[in-house]
Amino acid sequence: MENLENIGALAVLLAFCLAIYAVFGSVTGKLRRNPFLIVSAERAVYGVWFLITLASAILVSALMTGDFRFSYVAEHSNRAMPAIYKFAAWWGGQEGSLLFWSWLLATYAAVVVFTNRRKHRDFMPYVVAVLATVQTFFLILNAFVVTPFQMLASGNLITAVPDGNGLNPLLQYPAMAIHPPMLYLGYVGFAVPFAFAIASLITRQPGDGWINTTRRWTMVTWLFQGCGIMLGSAWAYHVLGWGGYWAWDPVENASVLPWLGGTAFLHSVMMQEKKGMMKVWNMVLVSATFFLCIFGTFLTRSGVVSSVHAFAQSPIGKYFVTFLAIGIAATIYLILDRLDYLKSEAQLEAVVSRESSFLFNNLVLLASCFAVLWGTLFPVISEAITGEKISLDPPWFDRLMIPIGLFLLFLTGVGPLFAWRRTSTDSLRRNFMWPGIASVVLTAVLIAAGIRHVYALISFGFCVFVAVTIILEFVKGAKQIAAKTQTNFAHAVVELTHRNTRRYGGYVVHMGIVLMFVGFTGAAFNKNRVDEMKPGDSVRLGSYQLTVKDTHEGENENYLWQNASIEVIKNGSNLGILTPESRMYKASRQPTHEVALRSRLNEDLYLNFAGINGGRVILQSYIFPLVSWIWIGALTLIFGTLIALVPSKIKREYARTQVVGITRKHATVEK
Amino acid sequence: MKKYGKFAALVVIIVGTLLWLATAGIKENQTYYKTVAELGHMGDQAYVKRLRVAGDVGAGSIVRKGGVVEFTLVQEKLNLKVAYDGSDPLPDTFRDGAQALADGKMGHDGVFHANKVQAKCASKYQAKPGQRPVTPASTNKASL
Repeated sequence: MENLENIGALAVLLAFCLAIYAVFGSVTGKLRRNPFLIVSAERAVYGVWFLITLASAILVSALMTGDFRFSYVAEHSNRAMPAIYKFAAWWGGQEGSLLFWSWLLATYAAVVVFTNRRKHRDFMPYVVAVLATVQTFFLILNAFVVTPFQMLASGNLITAVPDGNGLNPLLQYPAMAIHPPMLYLGYVGFAVPFAFAIASLITRQPGDGWINTTRRWTMVTWLFQGCGIMLGSAWAYHVLGWGGYWAWDPVENASVLPWLGGTAFLHSVMMQEKKGMMKVWNMVLVSATFFLCIFGTFLTRSGVVSSVHAFAQSPIGKYFVTFLAIGIAATIYLILDRLDYLKSEAQLEAVVSRESSFLFNNLVLLASCFAVLWGTLFPVISEAITGEKISLDPPWFDRLMIPIGLFLLFLTGVGPLFAWRRTSTDSLRRNFMWPGIASVVLTAVLIAAGIRHVYALISFGFCVFVAVTIILEFVKGAKQIAAKTQTNFAHAVVELTHRNTRRYGGYVVHMGIVLMFVGFTGAAFNKNRVDEMKPGDSVRLGSYQLTVKDTHEGENENYLWQNASIEVIKNGSNLGILTPESRMYKASRQPTHEVALRSRLNEDLYLNFAGINGGRVILQSYIFPLVSWIWIGALTLIFGTLIALVPSKIKREYARTQVVGITRKHATVEK
Repeated sequence: MKKYGKFAALVVIIVGTLLWLATAGIKENQTYYKTVAELGHMGDQAYVKRLRVAGDVGAGSIVRKGGVVEFTLVQEKLNLKVAYDGSDPLPDTFRDGAQALADGKMGHDGVFHANKVQAKCASKYQAKPGQRPVTPASTNKASL
């Protein structure tokens, strides 16, 4: 087909028109009480999905077949690339990734409309309107600003180039192909709870319908985002050759900001569900999280803060700023105008209570969010104020975020064990005696073993404290069940978890966080050295003896390679040969380093072959203690979130302590 | 009101600690963005402050001498000699013609001593308009 690009461009344009129709159709339908208009607006949402899917399919097929008349295809694909990376090129560049964003949003919107086709009829029109407004904004970008259907032309004729640039070989790595979609699933997903929150505000909903409806959305979204962040970290660690997994780069920060906001939101909604408190706060949090998602997208694409990752400079910055400004202003106005509907039903009673631990969890998460935002935007802020562009270095972030992280870790342990309203000293002693003892003993042992790093000691102390509290919770609950039902302990643990998946899934998530902190803390004991060695030379790093045996080089059709065989001996026992390699890709003239990794639970030995200088191997060797626990913790966190998504066996109704002026949820269903 | 006093005190302590950490850390952890041209006009300040200089890596200028990598950063026809002696390996994206950022201090020998070098990651990271491998006479929008 010759003119598929025209169909693609037309589809985007029509989708843009339909999205606008969906906004006005549903609002007018609601105000005029015209059900036909409302339904037609919902159908428009399906239409938008169909059209964007069509446009995406055209772009993807151009990528797969190598239609190098498309400038997008010429820039992001080439003939030699494996099919999976040709497909991944859909989100590999600016234009394609924004189309991908649009497509995800359209998909989410279609799912929301479909699953709620018989529910929440009173405020669904506004949910549709909010989602369609966001959709319209992205379609403006797709259709008019950075269209993926731009052709290469010579004079007035469309031409093709023989082959494209291809994807950077550094990114031709499976984790990297799925890292962006994971992050986007997270970024885009927060639009849904936001839309429900706004719709519930506009229609002055009395209850917490929007929270109950969107709890799973929020968790799934939060999970995707967490996976995306961790995949990015794992990729950096395994591929970039310096063994880092986090560097406070603006783009990394942009991805972690909404995740922090989302984490705060997931916790504080519990206060609203169970106590009817923090209603304004939840509105603020869900909006802030959504706008941080948009802001993150903006930060990665506009080149406003220079970053190692950033997309090239582009004209889309001002569109994002405008959208953010209008969106935030409208949200603030709406919240202020509806304050009366967001009155708290209960009050804080004591400092040592569940409520208070949620409050401080939120305060600290928000503070960390603000700190990261401030640090990321510091070059922009300082340039605006002093005229000098100044950036804050990673140590500044560490300085703030390490104590914040430790405090959060502490709350992870104590929060779930505080009782609602107030906690008696007796229950404090009962719950915290063993964890406290374990923590003190471990810290003493570590000090005796010669560890003097203060943060590391605190961190390990807290880790063991939290881990013991969590294990005790499972043991106590399971023992009761085992005694009552005469089953074995393992079965009782499963039964216990199944009875209240949110609570025990949450504990597993907390355990994942503890394991990740163990891994982070290992960084305090990293060791490294750089040596130039000729074959036969050997060096010591920690307890390892590294000897260069020989070097090899060669080439294949894709790249030239050089490597060194390094014999590794630890405490007298030979652990075999590691061969770190460096490659030079022919097509892109891009060098890459294939690090050699010996990964164990206690530490990773990480060797990077940095090159050859006059026959001498430049070898960078590192020891990263405990780093594997980060990945184990991340998997545990995913597992815990999945548990929490399973419906509980026993439905719980939470009686509120005081109920002031609450009409029954969804008591009035308008037609 | 007593319990609110306690909450207020805790909040003040937490926020205060964080503010103190943030502001006290700013001075020692800041890096000034400078162009190669500005660097020349900074005078003695250039030897004191931590600086970040951007530019393109001069073609054929990368030389490895022991643990030190020397190269030239080119920005608007001005050259800056850089010696990198950091412990991290240079990124794979660091090569002739790459856009690079060097963090470090100006030395009295006229060489910029960097202990951190970043190079613009490619791919996601698109080519600047001038660097397109395809150089069509003009690019027209398809049909619209």
